[in-house]
Amino acid sequence: MSKKNIIVVGGGLSGLMATIKICEAGGEVKLFSYCPVKRSHSLCAQGGINACMNTKGQNDTTWEHFDDTVYGGDFLADQTAVKGMCETAPKLIKMFDRMGVPFTRTAEGALDLRNFGGQKNKRTVFAGSTTGQQLLYALDEQVRKWEVKGKVNKYEFWEFIKIIKNDKKVCRGIVAQNMNSMEIEAFRADAVILATGGPGVIFGRCTASTICNGSAVSAVYQQGAEIGNSEFIQIHPTAIPGSDKNRLMSEACRGEGGRIWTYKDGKPWYFLETMYPAYGNLVPRDIAARAIYDVCVNQGLGINGENRVYLDLSHIPAEYLERKLGGILEMYSEFVGDDPRKVPMQIYPSVHYSMGGIWVDTKHNTSIPALLASGECDYQYHGANRLGANSLLSAAYSGTISGPEAIRWSESDDIGDELTDEQLAAAKQECVDEFENIINMNGKENAHKLHHELGDLMNRYCTIVRVNKELDFCMGELKKILARWSDIGVNDKGHWANQEAMFVRQLRNMILYAMVICKAARMRDESRGAHYKPEFPNRDDEKFLKTTIASYDPETHEPKITYREFDHSLIKPRPRRYDVAKGGK
Amino acid sequence: MSEQKTVHFIIERQDSPDSKPYTEEFLVPYRPALNVVAALMEIQKNPVTKDGKKTTPVVWECNCLEKVCGACMMVINGKARQACATLVDHVPQPIHLAPARTFPVIRDLQIDRSVMFESLKRIQGWIEIDGSWEVNTAPIQNPYTAATAYEIAHCMTCGCCLEACPNVGPQSDFIGPAPTVQAYLFNLHPFGKFDKEKRLNSLMEKGGITSCGNSQNCVQVCPKNIKLTTYLAQLNRDVNKQALKNIFDK
Repeated sequence: MSKKNIIVVGGGLSGLMATIKICEAGGEVKLFSYCPVKRSHSLCAQGGINACMNTKGQNDTTWEHFDDTVYGGDFLADQTAVKGMCETAPKLIKMFDRMGVPFTRTAEGALDLRNFGGQKNKRTVFAGSTTGQQLLYALDEQVRKWEVKGKVNKYEFWEFIKIIKNDKKVCRGIVAQNMNSMEIEAFRADAVILATGGPGVIFGRCTASTICNGSAVSAVYQQGAEIGNSEFIQIHPTAIPGSDKNRLMSEACRGEGGRIWTYKDGKPWYFLETMYPAYGNLVPRDIAARAIYDVCVNQGLGINGENRVYLDLSHIPAEYLERKLGGILEMYSEFVGDDPRKVPMQIYPSVHYSMGGIWVDTKHNTSIPALLASGECDYQYHGANRLGANSLLSAAYSGTISGPEAIRWSESDDIGDELTDEQLAAAKQECVDEFENIINMNGKENAHKLHHELGDLMNRYCTIVRVNKELDFCMGELKKILARWSDIGVNDKGHWANQEAMFVRQLRNMILYAMVICKAARMRDESRGAHYKPEFPNRDDEKFLKTTIASYDPETHEPKITYREFDHSLIKPRPRRYDVAKGGK
Repeated sequence: MSEQKTVHFIIERQDSPDSKPYTEEFLVPYRPALNVVAALMEIQKNPVTKDGKKTTPVVWECNCLEKVCGACMMVINGKARQACATLVDHVPQPIHLAPARTFPVIRDLQIDRSVMFESLKRIQGWIEIDGSWEVNTAPIQNPYTAATAYEIAHCMTCGCCLEACPNVGPQSDFIGPAPTVQAYLFNLHPFGKFDKEKRLNSLMEKGGITSCGNSQNCVQVCPKNIKLTTYLAQLNRDVNKQALKNIFDK
């Protein structure tokens, strides 16, 4: 087998960036995805991508970006990693510009910048309100070029099932399934990169795409990869509630001057501006989401008593809105029926992003040799809370690290022998047997209904407010759901494009991942970033300035939780407040 | 208790690429703001037809449910559109769902649109850069030209325009409006235009822009409101100019 043969699972921003880096280094990529990579979830990112371009006369610095990110993440992010990301950001923007991303421009044709939450300087580069779509397309186009050159082989509509290790416990391949023909195949590689995105669908209704189910992450967790900081789930403050999904209303709305309010004593109350005078509507997401929750649930001041508040753009000139936010305003009109240029939008917080994910080192190596992870599926960069417009950045940046690191593995003697035919056949057979067992399930439960229950449970107990007693209850319920999974009845017994059977397999992975989130939340007795426990309202650096590590216990199917030190040597932790200016260097 | 309001669906199904299509009818509980994808999800939870017959869940493709990914395009009451953005309140019942048969059917409403991605290779749908490493800062761009590029760059390869176009199909090899217009996008870029001739020449070949019959259906159905016919006309002019240039340069 020729060297430098890398498998990349996931064709979003991170997977495509890694693919390009691998091709540029002379490697070849097998690229696996649930969907044509151009339809990956990165395209749902709207508001922009942070980079210190310093073109607005504010003396912005990459250090300030670094400090904002660490502070915004409540000091739980690896600081060397974050610093590297912030320093590279402006170079990535120049690369995307050369690739033809149609960024929004100033009158003189330079890249425009906008405000975003948790940052005082204009630092967010954007393409209208569809920045993720445009960045993803640019990388999709570059990867297509490599495909034409024969360096990339796409396996679109293939589902990753699991990794395969050699005798030295090094990851040297994967098993995947063709989602149409249902054929299951085992593949060799020198190294494998997972770039499979977040686990939002575990929560049922969320802002994520239906493909963001965390199933691949759960699969490698069950094979020995550690998960870091899984309890940190970002709740986006401004989403349009929906019964099928909550649709994101970009933070760019607030960045462009949108105001959040509700009625109090018959008058509009701009509660973020009152509570946080220094940042106002531009507080980070965890802060804004908690405030909206408090106003609606504890104070009962939601619109008409419901869990909604206003996100108001109606005071901003329509032409300006059209140019800066057009795409999402159209979406709001389409799905809700009101015109946000004329009337305030009605929004409520929603599960949006996972700061946690597969534990990786600063080179994006997981705890399994030659298995790498990058993008939302890893735990790096965001600590306890992610700043808006840092996700496109971390996705792209992490791909520039994981790709070259995979190449390094492919050139190293440490990867040991390639998989034997017997090892491939055995791994494949296990997956075939598992799939046949699923097809033959004849129990009473409907998988989609069970998933609905899972989502309700997770939304209720593992989001904005967490209470230990309730988390214990939630864990108990999750175990029951896991037991009920075995009693699923599969309606579709066919072997052609059987989406139901594949969903059943994903669902089990989702339930096991849900347990990781729940247990990690239960164990962290403090409040930090997106993780808030009224019983423990303060941050406890003494005990919990540590990464949560979850590893799978095959006996109980539950995670074992431990804590690991991480690098916070560059910026000393200080109290995180947004009612007054941030301070710091 | 009042009777549960339902939505009536008639769905054209097909078990495999070569098998015969058939229809099944479903009643889905109504709720405000219900869209077609959400209704299909309800059928997954309770795959029982209107007549009480147990069946398999309907197969379709979807991802984002926000009209950005392009996956859930299907024919709804005779018109190609995104299922996620089709609210049942806005279309008359019974709601007919069918696969977009311009493309090979995989199963039920799921189709194979790989031909569109292949066409993007043909028109060289990318900017030729030396590499992802640092080179020069990209040139500034006229913000008006950039705004045009931004409009075209919204194309999500959903295939509505190919489904609506009378010249796309077995009778013609036209690659269709979407991939054709992408050539115009890359020709707008400050150094994307260095390869303009290549792209225009690719559109002179079989299935290129001369196969466009100017029926203007595409612009009517584009879910992103891209002015497809405007850019097709512009491209047509560019291709003609290039053709003349090719003759004189011989």
